[in-house]
Amino acid sequence: MTTAPTIERVTSGIGTSPVRPDGVLKLRGRFAYASDMHIDGMLWGATLRSPFAHAKIIRLDIGPALAMAGVHAVLTQEDVPGKLNFGQAVQDQPVLADGETQFWGEPIAIVAADDLKTAQRAVAAIDIEYEELEPLVDSELADTLDSVTCRPRIRRGDPDASGEIVVEGYYEVGQQDQAPLGNEAGVAIPDGEGGVDLHATTQWVHEDHAQIYPCLGLAPEQVRCHPVGMGGAFGAREDMSMHIHLCMLALATGRPVKMMFDRAEGFVGHVHRHPAKMWFRHEANRDGKLVKVEAKIILDGGPYRATSDVVTWNAAYFSVGPYVCDNVFVDAVAARTNNPPAGAMRGFGCVQSAFAFETQMDRLAAELQLDPLQLRRLNALEAGQPNSTTGQIIVGSLPTTRVLDELASMPLPPEATSDDPRHFPGGTGLTTTGADIKRGVGYGVTIKNLAFSEGFDDYADVRVVLNDTGVEVHTAAIEVGQGLVTVLQQIARSVLGIEQVNVVSNDTSRIGSAGSTSASRQTQMTGGGAYHAATALREEILERLGGDDLTNEGVWSEGSLVATLPEVVAAGPWEHEIRFRHPETFPPDENGQGDMHAGFAVAAHRAVVDVDQELGLVRVVQIDTVQDVGRVLNPDAAVGQIEGGTMQGVGLAVLEELVLDRGRIVNSNFTDYLLPTFLDAPHIEVRFVEEPDHWGPFGAKGIGEPPTISATPAVVGAIRDATGRALTRVPVLPQDIALG
Amino acid sequence: MIINMTVNGEARNAVVAGSESLLTTLREELGLPGSKNACEQGECGSCTVILDGALVTSCLVMSADCEDSEITTVEGLSTDRELHAVQRALLDAGAVQCGFCTPGFVVAAAHLFEENRHPSSETIREALSGNICRCTGYGAILRGLEALAQEPS
Repeated sequence: MTTAPTIERVTSGIGTSPVRPDGVLKLRGRFAYASDMHIDGMLWGATLRSPFAHAKIIRLDIGPALAMAGVHAVLTQEDVPGKLNFGQAVQDQPVLADGETQFWGEPIAIVAADDLKTAQRAVAAIDIEYEELEPLVDSELADTLDSVTCRPRIRRGDPDASGEIVVEGYYEVGQQDQAPLGNEAGVAIPDGEGGVDLHATTQWVHEDHAQIYPCLGLAPEQVRCHPVGMGGAFGAREDMSMHIHLCMLALATGRPVKMMFDRAEGFVGHVHRHPAKMWFRHEANRDGKLVKVEAKIILDGGPYRATSDVVTWNAAYFSVGPYVCDNVFVDAVAARTNNPPAGAMRGFGCVQSAFAFETQMDRLAAELQLDPLQLRRLNALEAGQPNSTTGQIIVGSLPTTRVLDELASMPLPPEATSDDPRHFPGGTGLTTTGADIKRGVGYGVTIKNLAFSEGFDDYADVRVVLNDTGVEVHTAAIEVGQGLVTVLQQIARSVLGIEQVNVVSNDTSRIGSAGSTSASRQTQMTGGGAYHAATALREEILERLGGDDLTNEGVWSEGSLVATLPEVVAAGPWEHEIRFRHPETFPPDENGQGDMHAGFAVAAHRAVVDVDQELGLVRVVQIDTVQDVGRVLNPDAAVGQIEGGTMQGVGLAVLEELVLDRGRIVNSNFTDYLLPTFLDAPHIEVRFVEEPDHWGPFGAKGIGEPPTISATPAVVGAIRDATGRALTRVPVLPQDIALG
Repeated sequence: MIINMTVNGEARNAVVAGSESLLTTLREELGLPGSKNACEQGECGSCTVILDGALVTSCLVMSADCEDSEITTVEGLSTDRELHAVQRALLDAGAVQCGFCTPGFVVAAAHLFEENRHPSSETIREALSGNICRCTGYGAILRGLEALAQEPS
């Protein structure tokens, strides 16, 4: 029997914005984050890190550290019990440096001691001598030297095609840090039988598990990775940091061991967004239609592979934007250098490309004397058309034109009239009288793939249970703050008609993988799993109890209650577990062509800025944004994702960059790495375009990444509009504006 | 040394090391982990507490200077039964995501509303500009507190 789920019978189902189940705890300061964990008898860990981006270790003597009172273990590469390297697709990163260090801050030795101070003193007591080697820090040079991990290549259409108008440019994107407020932290607890339980910051416990147990030389079932309270992630926790170290120390000492990075260590302890150098050449006809796009994209991955190859492929796949173009030629490079390791960050390769291609679109519009939005509309890629880079026919929804039209319809903010200094660039610093302030308007539009691509077996295991506590949704998916715990409740409520739903967070031994909390994928993947598992459970219940509807009251048949909810529960056990997969994807062919992606979303931003041209200071006044979200499951959470994602794009546009000196980060703290504050935050107006997608629950799409991608080019476009400066590098600094 | 303080209305004492920050003492000695340690440099505001009526980042205060002080942390703003008005406003507005900055925002906003029951949007922004949120873009926080500012006294 197949029946439609009853959406309207619950009050907190999809389409509503119920309070988060963890909201009160977080507001009271009682939510347990990884850094709050405390186990009686636990030791503290600390890490010796390389002070050079590239060095040979001449001498390493742990004796002085080991001799200190209160020190229980000092471990080096020689103590790694199993496989010496870890990494996601390719294991090329040493657990601890093996005679040579490849980046500033690379772990060399780890210590467990009675308390953190003692552990830190022991790290300082390790006798080590280095021979500094010349670091390779120029990604272009790395390309020339063929120090690369992959070279994605796209060849589509006619290389001899040409347009009447040519726009060519070179662009750079500085290195952005995810800067989640919660630092990396974790506790490893030995189980007394040779195994270990790890509770550490993460986005994907099963991937951690798959990398950890081989390095520990243990059987898979001897290691259990547990979800923990996460203070954000944004990609920083897709690669491991302290995980294997904690387990090694716990196993070596037989005691629980805690590690907690402070902010400075966090900046070297997790991967960052790839910095980019990019050449783009667009050719178009006088009618504004794109004829050919050529690009060379160099992303700097640092010394190890991590997710660099996938990020670089993504930069290539989305190097044209949501625009139709039949001739596309892209060469991308993941450079291997001694700069800080790069990996996942919100937007995953698309951020870098979008800054370049959207700047190109603006320049093309200027050449053609077309309105920037009109040029984008002329070229809009829609469902059913081939993606210009890969040739993949866009299945599912892609309402690009609707998104652009909706953005165009949004009212602009009124002209600045206030003489309140808080409304000036520079704010209460009183850096201007307001006389030299110029307003500008800019646009950014993007397309982003949703969930994992390229033939990866992407799935999410979900178990839905009905018992006397209500409905339970079991998953190993990581809640990083985005609100998955709420949306899973909503989906289960709407499908089952039962209000009481708890999300149960499981470790790796209790349920299969949910996949990563990344790629904007959990609402669709774990949410999709919850939808299908709950639907199957509902049908089982109705079939066995002879009903046609299920609600909080129980099972109904033709309008009469045939079993109360307690009676339904008593007739259990009720449980349905599924492995949910999205539509199959495929790896690229030798020309980067094929059906690599499961789905897409479009976002568009319009930024309004005021610029003090003399001092080069910018105030982002307002951002209007429209996003293709398939279907909104939780309006407040969706707005929160879009506003927060937009702000990270604003940060990249005008504030955020890791400043490097010979591979060393010189601003690894919040005093010098500038994050947008309340006073930097523009008013953000969010609208949705809802065209249900082909496989997400209720037609929903992932929403986390697109806003971060198109916000940056919109803000820079607005500054360019105000100042006439070229502004080919982000973040845009005051001197780029004032001195040109 | 032993430091005597009144924390959330209770007389407490803590054995503190020479340069130990109030944040460390609260978290590690007094069992109050609600104040968060995101930057420990006074930049992010996640460790904000009220010290003798003034808003401070507890990471920059030495515990040794807190003898006889009165301290209110996020844990002291609500009772088991009832949320503080600021907490309720932020909850209803969907202003909590990862929540790591939330305790600092709650304390800073509670302090603001204590001084000014109907702050303007600009005043809210300025008063909370010492608190960094990486998740929300501040929009929901502002909407929640603007709604609270509109409520009758």
